[in-house]
Amino acid sequence: MSYLAIFLTYVFINNFILVQFLGLCPFIGVSKNSESAIGMGLAVTFVTGVTSVMCWLVYHGILLPLGLEYLKTISFILVIAALVQLVEMVIRKISPSLYKALGIFLPLITTNCIVLGIAIINITENYNILESFVSGISAGLGFTLAIILMSNIREKLELTPVRRVFKEVPIAFISAGLMALAFMAFDKGLLTNLGLV
Amino acid sequence: MNIKELTKGLFKENPTFIIMLGMCPTLGVTTQVINALGMGAGVLFVLFFSNILISALKNIIPNSIRIPCYIVIIASFVTIVEMVLHAFAPSIYSALGVYLPLIVVNCIILGRAEAFANKNSIVDSALDAIGMGVGFTMSLTLIALIREVFGSGTITLFAIGNFNGVLKIPVLYQWPVRVISLAAGALLLMGYLKAFFQWFSEKKKGVAK
Repeated sequence: MSYLAIFLTYVFINNFILVQFLGLCPFIGVSKNSESAIGMGLAVTFVTGVTSVMCWLVYHGILLPLGLEYLKTISFILVIAALVQLVEMVIRKISPSLYKALGIFLPLITTNCIVLGIAIINITENYNILESFVSGISAGLGFTLAIILMSNIREKLELTPVRRVFKEVPIAFISAGLMALAFMAFDKGLLTNLGLV
Repeated sequence: MNIKELTKGLFKENPTFIIMLGMCPTLGVTTQVINALGMGAGVLFVLFFSNILISALKNIIPNSIRIPCYIVIIASFVTIVEMVLHAFAPSIYSALGVYLPLIVVNCIILGRAEAFANKNSIVDSALDAIGMGVGFTMSLTLIALIREVFGSGTITLFAIGNFNGVLKIPVLYQWPVRVISLAAGALLLMGYLKAFFQWFSEKKKGVAK
């Protein structure tokens, strides 16, 4: 698959939130205002990009030669946890302002399904290292797109009369459902029509 | 031993509808009843053993690195589930796909470890795990049942003997409401179910007053 095809697949066609339901917890939890939504989105994109490459290296450099493929879940989650911690420390040292913006989201990212999900999908789809990097970044961008759209919808919803039992979470899910309906317009046909497959 | 630890996960603190933890697999695997049951069993197994082990080790694990320790314990049990399903139930293994290793980051398991198992006795933690796991399985099955019945007009269960495990529902099988089995339908259904549970618990509170 070409890089553009991978990009389109993970941002639109297989959007992690709206099609695969990975990372729903932060999607519902952090989408109350658009500022923190952007922060969360960028932090996730950064981490998915870096962890995709690292997990690929760990799998193909260590686990595969030693015949330890079954350890991939444990080793990937360790790589992700360690990396998130490292990123947090580096950002705090280098750029306190960026740390202020992203800091509180970083610990949450370890348990974000997208990060582990894309690392495992990279292995099952047999991507090479560059394709893994592109898919990691695209997965993060797809998440960013969905969470920014969602936060804007929810800011509008604050000002709209909503029945009491539907307040907060239920209406957020229903809005997400309607958004997913719109995203169904993107399907595999898009890639065929663009001549990418 | 406290029987309340067992029953609270079923309704009062139901992980899916009340605490809203572990949403990703809840919506991802609930296209067929059998997948929901498989996922529920996997989570129940991992939750049960990780709660027991974490509760047993709660005085040994240093406080500052407890989260990585929990994750490693949980990931080990998830790997066991993966290998067992791969060997004995390959069809469920492939149907669950990426959601199976993702049990590691299922917030329910880490959440129970952090909120319950590291403060309570082994027996209480085990009961808590069973209650939460069964509550999770029940809600997953409920969602899967609605989605499969209306979305494709079937109920897929285990194949036994001549029975291939698929029940067909007369009218809905010919004219299914396809959208309910798709991603969008899952999110919509979840929204309405959550609203229903909110309404229900409010009504119950009103009666109690």
